Amino acid sequence: MERVDPELVEFDVRTDEMLINMGPQHPSTHGVLRLVLRTDGEVVTDVVPHIGYLHRCAEKIGEKISPRQWIPYTDRMDYLAGMNMNLGWAMTVEKLMDLEIPDRARHVRVMVCELNRIASHLVAAGTYGLDLGSFTPFLYCFREREKILDLFEEVCGARLTYSFITMGGVTGDLPPGWLDRCERFLREFEEVIPELHAVLTSNEIFVRRTAGVGVLTPETAIAYGCSGPVLRGSGVKWDLRRDGEPRVTRMYEDYDFEIIAQHEGSYPQDRDDYPPVPPEAVLGDSWHRFYVRMIECVQSIRLIRQAMAKYQGCDGPIGEPIKLTQKLPKGEAYLETEAPKGQMGFMVVSDGTAIPWRVRARSSCFCNLSVTSEICRGCLLADIPAIVGSLDIVLGEIDR
Amino acid sequence: MNATEIIDRLKQRFGDRILRSDTDCLDPWLEIAADGLHEICRFLRDDPDMRFDYLHCVSGVDYVEPDPKKAKKTDWQPHLELLYHLSSMQHRHRIVLRVVLPRWRDGVHGRLPEVSSVADLWPTANWHEREVYDLCGVAFAGHPDLRRILCPEDWVGHPLRKDYETPQEYHGIRVK
Repeated sequence: MERVDPELVEFDVRTDEMLINMGPQHPSTHGVLRLVLRTDGEVVTDVVPHIGYLHRCAEKIGEKISPRQWIPYTDRMDYLAGMNMNLGWAMTVEKLMDLEIPDRARHVRVMVCELNRIASHLVAAGTYGLDLGSFTPFLYCFREREKILDLFEEVCGARLTYSFITMGGVTGDLPPGWLDRCERFLREFEEVIPELHAVLTSNEIFVRRTAGVGVLTPETAIAYGCSGPVLRGSGVKWDLRRDGEPRVTRMYEDYDFEIIAQHEGSYPQDRDDYPPVPPEAVLGDSWHRFYVRMIECVQSIRLIRQAMAKYQGCDGPIGEPIKLTQKLPKGEAYLETEAPKGQMGFMVVSDGTAIPWRVRARSSCFCNLSVTSEICRGCLLADIPAIVGSLDIVLGEIDR
Repeated sequence: MNATEIIDRLKQRFGDRILRSDTDCLDPWLEIAADGLHEICRFLRDDPDMRFDYLHCVSGVDYVEPDPKKAKKTDWQPHLELLYHLSSMQHRHRIVLRVVLPRWRDGVHGRLPEVSSVADLWPTANWHEREVYDLCGVAFAGHPDLRRILCPEDWVGHPLRKDYETPQEYHGIRVK
Protein backbone atom coordinates (compact mmCIF):
# COMPACT_ATOMS: atom_id res chain seq x y z
CA MET A 1 0.00 0.00 0.00
CA GLU A 2 1.33 3.40 -0.84
CA ARG A 3 1.33 6.19 1.71
CA VAL A 4 -1.63 8.50 1.21
CA ASP A 5 -0.68 11.97 0.21
CA PRO A 6 -2.51 14.32 2.63
CA GLU A 7 -2.98 16.87 -0.15
CA LEU A 8 -4.92 14.34 -2.23
CA VAL A 9 -7.07 13.34 0.72
CA GLU A 10 -7.84 16.93 1.38
CA PHE A 11 -8.89 17.37 -2.20
CA ASP A 12 -10.84 14.15 -2.21
CA VAL A 13 -12.86 14.20 0.97
CA ARG A 14 -12.98 17.85 1.97
CA THR A 15 -15.60 18.20 4.66
CA ASP A 16 -16.50 20.80 7.20
CA GLU A 17 -13.83 21.77 9.65
CA MET A 18 -14.01 19.98 12.95
CA LEU A 19 -12.32 20.63 16.26
CA ILE A 20 -11.25 17.48 18.06
CA ASN A 21 -10.15 17.55 21.65
CA MET A 22 -7.47 14.96 22.40
CA GLY A 23 -6.63 14.52 26.06
CA PRO A 24 -5.91 15.44 28.81
CA GLN A 25 -6.98 11.89 29.62
CA HIS A 26 -5.80 10.06 26.55
CA PRO A 27 -3.36 7.14 26.63
CA SER A 28 -1.30 8.38 23.68
CA THR A 29 -0.51 11.77 25.13
CA HIS A 30 1.89 10.29 27.72
CA GLY A 31 0.39 12.05 30.68
CA VAL A 32 -1.95 14.98 30.95
CA LEU A 33 -1.38 16.73 27.68
CA ARG A 34 -4.33 18.20 25.85
CA LEU A 35 -4.20 18.75 22.11
CA VAL A 36 -6.88 20.65 20.26
CA LEU A 37 -6.86 19.44 16.69
CA ARG A 38 -8.42 21.37 13.87
CA THR A 39 -9.23 18.79 11.25
CA ASP A 40 -10.49 18.80 7.73
CA GLY A 41 -11.64 15.25 7.13
CA GLU A 42 -8.66 13.08 7.98
CA VAL A 43 -6.14 15.87 7.65
CA VAL A 44 -5.03 17.87 10.68
CA THR A 45 -4.69 21.50 9.72
CA ASP A 46 -3.67 22.87 13.08
CA VAL A 47 -2.63 21.58 16.49
CA VAL A 48 -2.76 23.65 19.66
CA PRO A 49 -1.17 21.97 22.70
CA HIS A 50 -2.49 22.92 26.13
CA ILE A 51 -0.22 22.17 29.07
CA GLY A 52 -0.10 22.97 32.76
CA TYR A 53 -2.30 20.18 34.18
CA LEU A 54 0.64 18.90 36.21
CA HIS A 55 2.01 22.27 37.33
CA ARG A 56 3.24 21.88 40.91
CA CYS A 57 4.93 25.25 41.43
CA ALA A 58 8.38 23.65 41.71
CA GLU A 59 10.17 26.93 41.02
CA LYS A 60 8.22 28.77 43.70
CA ILE A 61 8.91 26.01 46.21
CA GLY A 62 12.62 26.26 45.36
CA GLU A 63 12.61 29.84 46.64
CA LYS A 64 11.56 28.67 50.09
CA ILE A 65 13.91 25.76 50.77
CA SER A 66 17.62 25.09 50.52
CA PRO A 67 19.15 23.53 47.38
CA ARG A 68 19.61 20.11 48.93
CA GLN A 69 16.02 20.09 50.08
CA TRP A 70 14.96 20.84 46.52
CA ILE A 71 16.62 17.69 45.10
CA PRO A 72 13.50 15.53 45.65
CA TYR A 73 11.49 18.06 43.65
CA THR A 74 13.82 17.57 40.69
CA ASP A 75 13.15 13.82 40.88
CA ARG A 76 9.53 14.56 40.27
CA MET A 77 10.14 16.59 37.12
CA ASP A 78 11.25 13.92 34.71
CA TYR A 79 10.23 11.01 36.90
CA LEU A 80 11.51 8.54 34.31
CA ALA A 81 15.06 9.85 34.66
CA GLY A 82 15.36 11.03 38.24
CA MET A 83 19.13 10.50 38.37
CA ASN A 84 19.70 12.84 35.45
CA MET A 85 17.46 15.49 36.98
CA ASN A 86 19.37 15.25 40.29
CA LEU A 87 22.60 15.55 38.35
CA GLY A 88 21.52 18.71 36.54
CA TRP A 89 20.51 20.52 39.72
CA ALA A 90 23.48 19.25 41.74
CA MET A 91 25.94 20.40 39.10
CA THR A 92 24.30 23.82 38.82
CA VAL A 93 24.71 24.45 42.53
CA GLU A 94 28.24 23.03 42.38
CA LYS A 95 28.94 25.53 39.62
CA LEU A 96 27.74 28.37 41.82
CA MET A 97 29.76 27.13 44.79
CA ASP A 98 32.79 26.26 42.63
CA LEU A 99 32.79 22.77 44.07
CA GLU A 100 34.70 19.87 42.54
CA ILE A 101 33.80 16.26 43.25
CA PRO A 102 36.20 13.32 43.69
CA ASP A 103 36.77 11.01 40.72
CA ARG A 104 35.17 8.06 42.42
CA ALA A 105 31.89 9.94 42.80
CA ARG A 106 32.15 11.08 39.18
CA HIS A 107 32.29 7.49 37.93
CA VAL A 108 29.34 6.49 40.12
CA ARG A 109 27.42 9.41 38.63
CA VAL A 110 28.22 8.30 35.09
CA MET A 111 27.09 4.76 35.91
CA VAL A 112 23.74 5.65 37.40
CA CYS A 113 23.00 8.39 34.86
CA GLU A 114 23.66 6.14 31.90
CA LEU A 115 21.63 3.33 33.47
CA ASN A 116 18.82 5.81 33.89
CA ARG A 117 19.22 6.89 30.28
CA ILE A 118 18.68 3.29 29.20
CA ALA A 119 15.63 3.03 31.49
CA SER A 120 14.16 6.23 30.07
CA HIS A 121 14.77 5.17 26.47
CA LEU A 122 13.20 1.78 27.22
CA VAL A 123 10.01 3.48 28.43
CA ALA A 124 10.10 5.68 25.34
CA ALA A 125 10.45 2.66 23.04
CA GLY A 126 7.91 0.52 24.86
CA THR A 127 5.17 3.12 25.10
CA TYR A 128 5.84 4.19 21.54
CA GLY A 129 5.07 0.64 20.44
CA LEU A 130 1.92 0.83 22.52
CA ASP A 131 0.90 4.08 20.80
CA LEU A 132 1.24 2.38 17.46
CA GLY A 133 -0.83 -0.61 18.52
CA SER A 134 1.84 -3.15 19.37
CA PHE A 135 1.72 -4.55 22.89
CA THR A 136 4.66 -6.99 22.94
CA PRO A 137 7.58 -4.54 22.90
CA PHE A 138 6.06 -2.72 25.86
CA LEU A 139 6.39 -5.86 27.97
CA TYR A 140 9.92 -6.55 26.72
CA CYS A 141 11.03 -3.01 27.53
CA PHE A 142 9.44 -2.85 30.95
CA ARG A 143 10.91 -6.22 31.90
CA GLU A 144 14.39 -4.85 31.22
CA ARG A 145 13.63 -1.53 32.89
CA GLU A 146 12.49 -3.38 35.99
CA LYS A 147 16.00 -4.82 36.33
CA ILE A 148 17.48 -1.32 36.24
CA LEU A 149 15.02 -0.19 38.92
CA ASP A 150 16.10 -3.17 41.03
CA LEU A 151 19.71 -2.04 40.69
CA PHE A 152 18.75 1.50 41.72
CA GLU A 153 16.78 0.19 44.65
CA GLU A 154 19.94 -1.46 45.94
CA VAL A 155 21.89 1.76 45.49
CA CYS A 156 19.57 4.23 47.17
CA GLY A 157 16.43 2.46 48.35
CA ALA A 158 14.12 4.10 45.83
CA ARG A 159 12.86 2.81 42.53
CA LEU A 160 11.71 6.06 40.91
CA THR A 161 12.52 9.14 42.95
CA TYR A 162 16.13 8.61 43.90
CA SER A 163 17.57 11.88 45.29
CA PHE A 164 20.85 9.98 45.02
CA ILE A 165 23.12 12.48 43.29
CA THR A 166 23.67 15.52 45.43
CA MET A 167 25.92 18.56 45.58
CA GLY A 168 29.39 17.38 46.49
CA GLY A 169 29.05 13.83 45.17
CA VAL A 170 26.52 11.11 45.82
CA THR A 171 24.71 10.17 49.00
CA GLY A 172 26.44 6.80 49.42
CA ASP A 173 28.83 4.31 47.93
CA LEU A 174 27.67 1.37 45.83
CA PRO A 175 26.72 -1.73 47.83
CA PRO A 176 29.05 -4.77 47.70
CA GLY A 177 28.50 -7.01 44.70
CA TRP A 178 26.51 -4.36 42.85
CA LEU A 179 28.98 -4.12 39.98
CA ASP A 180 28.63 -7.83 39.24
CA ARG A 181 24.86 -7.58 39.20
CA CYS A 182 25.11 -4.53 36.96
CA GLU A 183 27.39 -6.40 34.57
CA ARG A 184 24.94 -9.30 34.54
CA PHE A 185 22.14 -6.93 33.62
CA LEU A 186 24.20 -5.40 30.80
CA ARG A 187 24.89 -8.84 29.35
CA GLU A 188 21.22 -9.80 29.53
CA PHE A 189 20.15 -6.50 28.05
CA GLU A 190 22.56 -6.81 25.13
CA GLU A 191 20.83 -10.02 24.15
CA VAL A 192 17.43 -8.32 24.22
CA ILE A 193 18.40 -5.44 21.93
CA PRO A 194 18.20 -7.50 18.69
CA GLU A 195 14.74 -8.69 19.80
CA LEU A 196 13.61 -5.09 20.26
CA HIS A 197 14.94 -4.24 16.83
CA ALA A 198 13.01 -7.19 15.41
CA VAL A 199 9.67 -6.22 16.99
CA LEU A 200 10.06 -2.46 16.47
CA THR A 201 12.90 -0.88 14.51
CA SER A 202 12.78 -3.10 11.45
CA ASN A 203 9.20 -4.32 11.84
CA GLU A 204 7.34 -3.56 8.65
CA ILE A 205 4.20 -2.16 10.28
CA PHE A 206 6.27 -0.02 12.63
CA VAL A 207 8.31 1.37 9.74
CA ARG A 208 5.17 2.22 7.77
CA ARG A 209 3.66 4.03 10.72
CA THR A 210 6.77 6.07 11.49
CA ALA A 211 8.95 6.51 8.39
CA GLY A 212 8.38 9.87 6.74
CA VAL A 213 5.92 10.94 9.47
CA GLY A 214 6.45 14.21 11.33
CA VAL A 215 9.59 15.35 9.56
CA LEU A 216 11.52 17.91 11.57
CA THR A 217 14.22 19.74 9.64
CA PRO A 218 17.46 20.58 11.47
CA GLU A 219 16.81 24.32 11.02
CA THR A 220 13.37 24.09 12.64
CA ALA A 221 14.74 21.91 15.42
CA ILE A 222 17.41 24.46 16.33
CA ALA A 223 15.04 27.42 16.00
CA TYR A 224 12.58 25.80 18.41
CA GLY A 225 15.31 24.92 20.87
CA CYS A 226 14.85 21.16 20.47
CA SER A 227 17.49 18.99 22.06
CA GLY A 228 18.42 15.44 22.83
CA PRO A 229 17.29 12.61 20.52
CA VAL A 230 14.76 14.95 18.89
CA LEU A 231 17.59 17.21 17.70
CA ARG A 232 19.96 14.36 16.88
CA GLY A 233 17.22 12.55 14.98
CA SER A 234 17.28 15.51 12.61
CA GLY A 235 20.96 14.91 11.93
CA VAL A 236 22.47 17.55 14.20
CA LYS A 237 25.49 16.07 15.96
CA TRP A 238 25.10 17.86 19.27
CA ASP A 239 25.38 16.28 22.67
CA LEU A 240 26.24 18.22 25.80
CA ARG A 241 28.30 15.33 27.08
CA ARG A 242 30.77 16.42 24.37
CA ASP A 243 29.63 19.94 23.44
CA GLY A 244 28.48 21.35 26.76
CA GLU A 245 30.16 23.60 29.26
CA PRO A 246 33.58 22.47 30.58
CA ARG A 247 31.97 21.40 33.84
CA VAL A 248 29.71 18.96 31.98
CA THR A 249 32.27 17.67 29.50
CA ARG A 250 34.81 17.14 32.29
CA MET A 251 32.50 14.53 33.73
CA TYR A 252 32.93 12.45 30.55
CA GLU A 253 36.43 13.57 29.61
CA ASP A 254 38.26 10.22 29.60
CA TYR A 255 35.31 8.25 28.28
CA ASP A 256 35.04 6.88 24.79
CA PHE A 257 31.62 7.01 23.11
CA GLU A 258 29.91 8.13 19.94
CA ILE A 259 27.30 10.82 19.54
CA ILE A 260 24.44 9.20 17.67
CA ALA A 261 23.23 11.30 14.77
CA GLN A 262 23.10 10.70 11.07
CA HIS A 263 26.11 12.41 9.57
CA GLU A 264 26.66 12.56 5.82
CA GLY A 265 24.00 9.97 5.20
CA SER A 266 25.04 7.32 7.70
CA TYR A 267 25.05 6.56 11.40
CA PRO A 268 28.29 5.88 13.27
CA GLN A 269 28.58 2.12 12.94
CA ASP A 270 30.67 0.36 15.47
CA ARG A 271 28.53 -2.76 15.56
CA ASP A 272 27.17 -4.55 12.52
CA ASP A 273 23.95 -5.69 14.17
CA TYR A 274 22.26 -2.31 13.91
CA PRO A 275 19.36 -2.75 11.55
CA PRO A 276 19.71 -0.76 8.33
CA VAL A 277 17.84 2.50 7.76
CA PRO A 278 14.72 1.65 5.72
CA PRO A 279 14.51 3.37 2.33
CA GLU A 280 11.20 5.09 3.25
CA ALA A 281 12.73 6.90 6.24
CA VAL A 282 13.46 10.60 5.83
CA LEU A 283 16.02 12.30 8.08
CA GLY A 284 14.22 13.97 10.98
CA ASP A 285 11.11 11.77 10.91
CA SER A 286 9.64 9.80 13.79
CA TRP A 287 11.55 6.67 12.83
CA HIS A 288 14.91 8.43 13.08
CA ARG A 289 14.10 9.89 16.49
CA PHE A 290 13.23 6.40 17.69
CA TYR A 291 16.34 4.88 16.09
CA VAL A 292 18.65 7.41 17.75
CA ARG A 293 17.30 6.38 21.17
CA MET A 294 17.78 2.71 20.42
CA ILE A 295 21.43 3.14 19.46
CA GLU A 296 22.06 5.50 22.35
CA CYS A 297 21.26 2.59 24.65
CA VAL A 298 24.20 0.71 23.13
CA GLN A 299 26.48 3.70 23.74
CA SER A 300 25.25 3.91 27.32
CA ILE A 301 26.22 0.27 27.84
CA ARG A 302 29.72 1.14 26.63
CA LEU A 303 29.86 4.08 29.03
CA ILE A 304 28.67 2.03 32.00
CA ARG A 305 31.32 -0.65 31.32
CA GLN A 306 34.04 2.01 31.19
CA ALA A 307 32.72 3.66 34.35
CA MET A 308 32.72 0.34 36.20
CA ALA A 309 36.35 -0.27 35.23
CA LYS A 310 37.40 3.25 36.22
CA TYR A 311 35.49 3.05 39.48
CA GLN A 312 37.23 -0.18 40.42
CA GLY A 313 40.58 1.35 39.52
CA CYS A 314 40.30 4.40 41.74
CA ASP A 315 40.39 4.58 45.49
CA GLY A 316 39.65 7.60 47.57
CA PRO A 317 36.65 9.39 48.96
CA ILE A 318 33.17 9.17 47.48
CA GLY A 319 32.51 12.83 48.21
CA GLU A 320 30.84 14.66 51.03
CA PRO A 321 27.36 16.10 50.43
CA ILE A 322 27.04 19.74 51.41
CA LYS A 323 25.16 20.63 54.57
CA LEU A 324 21.40 21.10 54.35
CA THR A 325 21.80 24.70 55.46
CA GLN A 326 24.99 25.47 53.58
CA LYS A 327 25.24 29.15 52.68
CA LEU A 328 25.50 29.83 48.96
CA PRO A 329 27.84 32.44 47.50
CA LYS A 330 26.13 35.47 46.01
CA GLY A 331 25.63 35.21 42.27
CA GLU A 332 23.89 33.44 39.44
CA ALA A 333 24.65 30.16 37.74
CA TYR A 334 22.98 28.46 34.79
CA LEU A 335 23.94 25.00 33.62
CA GLU A 336 22.54 22.51 31.15
CA THR A 337 23.22 18.80 31.18
CA GLU A 338 22.32 16.10 28.71
CA ALA A 339 19.32 14.30 30.18
CA PRO A 340 17.81 11.37 28.23
CA LYS A 341 15.11 13.59 26.78
CA GLY A 342 17.29 16.58 25.97
CA GLN A 343 19.11 19.48 27.52
CA MET A 344 17.90 20.01 31.03
CA GLY A 345 18.90 23.40 32.36
CA PHE A 346 18.77 24.74 35.88
CA MET A 347 19.43 28.25 37.08
CA VAL A 348 20.04 29.39 40.62
CA VAL A 349 20.15 33.01 41.74
CA SER A 350 21.53 33.51 45.21
CA ASP A 351 21.64 36.54 47.47
CA GLY A 352 24.21 34.99 49.79
CA THR A 353 21.89 33.10 52.15
CA ALA A 354 21.19 29.36 52.36
CA ILE A 355 17.89 29.75 50.49
CA PRO A 356 18.15 30.65 46.79
CA TRP A 357 16.50 33.88 45.70
CA ARG A 358 15.25 32.29 42.51
CA VAL A 359 15.32 28.82 41.04
CA ARG A 360 14.60 28.11 37.42
CA ALA A 361 14.22 24.87 35.52
CA ARG A 362 14.50 24.92 31.76
CA SER A 363 12.78 21.83 30.52
CA SER A 364 13.88 20.05 27.37
CA CYS A 365 10.45 18.49 26.77
CA PHE A 366 8.87 21.96 27.02
CA CYS A 367 10.83 23.06 23.96
CA ASN A 368 10.52 19.70 22.21
CA LEU A 369 6.74 19.82 22.60
CA SER A 370 6.47 23.39 21.34
CA VAL A 371 7.44 22.13 17.90
CA THR A 372 4.36 19.85 17.59
CA SER A 373 2.14 22.44 15.95
CA GLU A 374 4.87 22.94 13.35
CA ILE A 375 5.44 19.28 12.47
CA CYS A 376 1.85 18.04 12.85
CA ARG A 377 0.41 20.54 10.41
CA GLY A 378 -0.93 18.68 7.38
CA CYS A 379 -0.51 15.19 8.76
CA LEU A 380 -3.24 12.59 9.07
CA LEU A 381 -5.21 12.27 12.27
CA ALA A 382 -3.86 8.78 12.96
CA ASP A 383 -0.30 10.09 12.74
CA ILE A 384 -0.70 12.40 15.74
CA PRO A 385 0.07 9.66 18.32
CA ALA A 386 3.02 8.56 16.17
CA ILE A 387 4.47 12.08 16.15
CA VAL A 388 3.77 13.00 19.79
CA GLY A 389 5.10 9.62 20.94
CA SER A 390 8.30 10.07 18.98
CA LEU A 391 9.04 13.32 20.82
CA ASP A 392 9.15 11.31 24.07
CA ILE A 393 7.73 13.90 26.42
CA VAL A 394 7.15 13.68 30.14
CA LEU A 395 4.53 16.10 31.38
CA GLY A 396 5.99 16.26 34.86
CA GLU A 397 9.01 17.98 33.37
CA ILE A 398 7.04 20.25 31.05
CA ASP A 399 4.70 21.55 33.75
CA ARG A 400 7.18 21.40 36.63
CA MET B 1 34.63 34.76 20.09
CA ASN B 2 34.89 34.97 23.82
CA ALA B 3 32.48 36.97 25.94
CA THR B 4 34.72 40.06 26.12
CA GLU B 5 34.97 40.26 22.32
CA ILE B 6 31.22 39.81 21.92
CA ILE B 7 30.49 42.57 24.43
CA ASP B 8 33.07 44.90 22.83
CA ARG B 9 31.52 44.36 19.38
CA LEU B 10 28.08 45.13 20.75
CA LYS B 11 29.32 48.22 22.59
CA GLN B 12 30.90 49.52 19.39
CA ARG B 13 27.74 49.02 17.43
CA PHE B 14 25.00 49.84 19.90
CA GLY B 15 26.84 52.27 22.15
CA ASP B 16 24.75 53.58 24.98
CA ARG B 17 22.10 50.91 24.73
CA ILE B 18 24.53 48.48 26.37
CA LEU B 19 24.15 49.59 29.96
CA ARG B 20 26.34 47.28 32.02
CA SER B 21 28.33 44.10 31.52
CA ASP B 22 30.27 41.59 33.54
CA THR B 23 32.71 39.01 32.20
CA ASP B 24 34.27 37.86 35.47
CA CYS B 25 31.21 36.05 36.79
CA LEU B 26 30.17 32.46 36.08
CA ASP B 27 27.99 33.26 33.06
CA PRO B 28 29.20 36.49 31.37
CA TRP B 29 26.29 38.84 30.81
CA LEU B 30 25.43 42.25 29.46
CA GLU B 31 22.55 44.45 30.34
CA ILE B 32 20.72 46.12 27.50
CA ALA B 33 18.09 48.83 27.44
CA ALA B 34 14.59 47.38 27.02
CA ASP B 35 13.87 49.39 23.86
CA GLY B 36 16.95 48.01 22.10
CA LEU B 37 16.26 44.35 22.84
CA HIS B 38 14.76 43.32 19.51
CA GLU B 39 17.34 45.10 17.39
CA ILE B 40 20.28 43.72 19.36
CA CYS B 41 18.81 40.21 19.28
CA ARG B 42 18.37 40.41 15.53
CA PHE B 43 22.01 41.44 15.20
CA LEU B 44 23.14 38.63 17.52
CA ARG B 45 21.23 36.08 15.47
CA ASP B 46 22.11 37.28 11.97
CA ASP B 47 25.65 38.67 12.16
CA PRO B 48 28.04 36.07 10.66
CA ASP B 49 30.49 36.43 13.56
CA MET B 50 27.77 36.07 16.19
CA ARG B 51 25.20 33.58 14.84
CA PHE B 52 23.45 33.03 18.14
CA ASP B 53 21.09 30.43 16.72
CA TYR B 54 20.00 28.75 19.95
CA LEU B 55 17.94 30.43 22.64
CA HIS B 56 18.14 28.22 25.71
CA CYS B 57 15.92 29.92 28.16
CA VAL B 58 14.03 33.10 29.00
CA SER B 59 13.66 33.60 32.74
CA GLY B 60 12.19 36.34 34.84
CA VAL B 61 13.51 37.25 38.28
CA ASP B 62 11.56 39.51 40.59
CA TYR B 63 13.60 41.75 42.86
CA VAL B 64 11.43 43.02 45.66
CA GLU B 65 11.64 42.24 49.35
CA PRO B 66 8.13 41.86 50.78
CA ASP B 67 9.41 41.93 54.36
CA PRO B 68 9.86 45.64 55.25
CA LYS B 69 12.58 44.86 57.83
CA LYS B 70 14.72 43.02 55.31
CA ALA B 71 13.85 45.52 52.57
CA LYS B 72 15.84 48.20 54.38
CA LYS B 73 18.99 46.10 54.08
CA THR B 74 18.75 45.48 50.33
CA ASP B 75 21.13 47.37 48.09
CA TRP B 76 18.77 47.48 45.07
CA GLN B 77 15.55 49.20 44.14
CA PRO B 78 12.58 46.92 43.40
CA HIS B 79 12.66 45.80 39.77
CA LEU B 80 12.18 42.85 37.43
CA GLU B 81 14.93 41.22 35.44
CA LEU B 82 14.68 39.14 32.31
CA LEU B 83 17.53 36.80 31.44
CA TYR B 84 18.06 35.43 27.94
CA HIS B 85 20.56 32.57 27.73
CA LEU B 86 21.88 32.41 24.19
CA SER B 87 24.46 30.26 22.48
CA SER B 88 25.77 29.59 19.02
CA MET B 89 26.11 26.01 17.84
CA GLN B 90 28.23 27.15 14.94
CA HIS B 91 30.79 29.25 16.84
CA ARG B 92 30.37 27.55 20.20
CA HIS B 93 30.12 30.70 22.24
CA ARG B 94 27.47 31.84 24.68
CA ILE B 95 26.23 35.00 26.33
CA VAL B 96 23.51 36.07 28.71
CA LEU B 97 21.34 39.12 27.99
CA ARG B 98 19.82 40.95 30.88
CA VAL B 99 16.93 43.40 30.63
CA VAL B 100 15.87 45.38 33.68
CA LEU B 101 12.21 46.39 33.82
CA PRO B 102 10.12 48.28 36.35
CA ARG B 103 7.83 46.05 38.40
CA TRP B 104 4.76 47.93 37.14
CA ARG B 105 4.45 50.11 34.07
CA ASP B 106 4.40 53.82 34.96
CA GLY B 107 4.38 52.77 38.61
CA VAL B 108 0.67 51.90 38.42
CA HIS B 109 0.01 48.70 40.36
CA GLY B 110 -1.49 46.08 38.02
CA ARG B 111 -0.13 47.45 34.74
CA LEU B 112 2.38 44.93 33.45
CA PRO B 113 5.77 46.18 32.26
CA GLU B 114 6.29 45.73 28.54
CA VAL B 115 9.20 44.59 26.43
CA SER B 116 9.34 43.56 22.79
CA SER B 117 8.97 39.88 22.00
CA VAL B 118 11.75 37.93 20.30
CA ALA B 119 9.47 35.07 19.29
CA ASP B 120 9.83 36.07 15.63
CA LEU B 121 13.61 35.59 15.88
CA TRP B 122 13.70 32.38 17.91
CA PRO B 123 10.44 30.38 18.02
CA THR B 124 11.66 28.92 21.33
CA ALA B 125 10.80 32.27 22.86
CA ASN B 126 7.13 31.81 22.02
CA TRP B 127 6.42 29.41 24.87
CA HIS B 128 9.09 30.76 27.16
CA GLU B 129 7.68 34.28 26.95
CA ARG B 130 4.22 32.92 27.62
CA GLU B 131 5.62 31.27 30.73
CA VAL B 132 7.32 34.46 31.90
CA TYR B 133 4.09 36.38 31.25
CA ASP B 134 2.11 33.79 33.18
CA LEU B 135 4.38 33.40 36.18
CA CYS B 136 6.29 36.67 36.43
CA GLY B 137 3.91 39.15 34.83
CA VAL B 138 5.76 40.70 31.91
CA ALA B 139 3.87 41.65 28.75
CA PHE B 140 5.69 40.92 25.51
CA ALA B 141 4.75 43.36 22.76
CA GLY B 142 4.38 41.72 19.38
CA HIS B 143 4.02 38.21 20.76
CA PRO B 144 1.81 36.14 18.43
CA ASP B 145 -0.23 34.46 21.14
CA LEU B 146 0.29 35.88 24.62
CA ARG B 147 -1.82 33.62 26.83
CA ARG B 148 -1.14 31.95 30.15
CA ILE B 149 0.54 28.60 29.66
CA LEU B 150 0.94 26.80 32.99
CA CYS B 151 -1.79 28.41 35.11
CA PRO B 152 -5.46 28.29 34.05
CA GLU B 153 -6.47 31.12 31.74
CA ASP B 154 -8.65 32.81 34.38
CA TRP B 155 -6.02 32.68 37.13
CA VAL B 156 -5.44 35.96 38.93
CA GLY B 157 -1.94 37.23 39.64
CA HIS B 158 1.55 36.11 38.70
CA PRO B 159 2.82 33.46 41.13
CA LEU B 160 6.57 33.99 40.77
CA ARG B 161 6.31 37.60 41.86
CA LYS B 162 7.77 37.84 45.34
CA ASP B 163 4.75 39.69 46.74
CA TYR B 164 2.23 37.26 45.23
CA GLU B 165 -0.50 36.12 47.55
CA THR B 166 -2.13 32.76 46.95
CA PRO B 167 -5.90 33.13 46.53
CA GLN B 168 -8.14 31.47 49.11
CA GLU B 169 -10.05 29.51 46.52
CA TYR B 170 -10.40 28.91 42.82
CA HIS B 171 -13.87 28.07 41.46
CA GLY B 172 -14.89 26.74 44.86
CA ILE B 173 -11.74 24.63 45.22
CA ARG B 174 -9.76 25.47 48.35
CA VAL B 175 -6.27 26.56 47.37
CA LYS B 176 -4.67 27.53 50.64
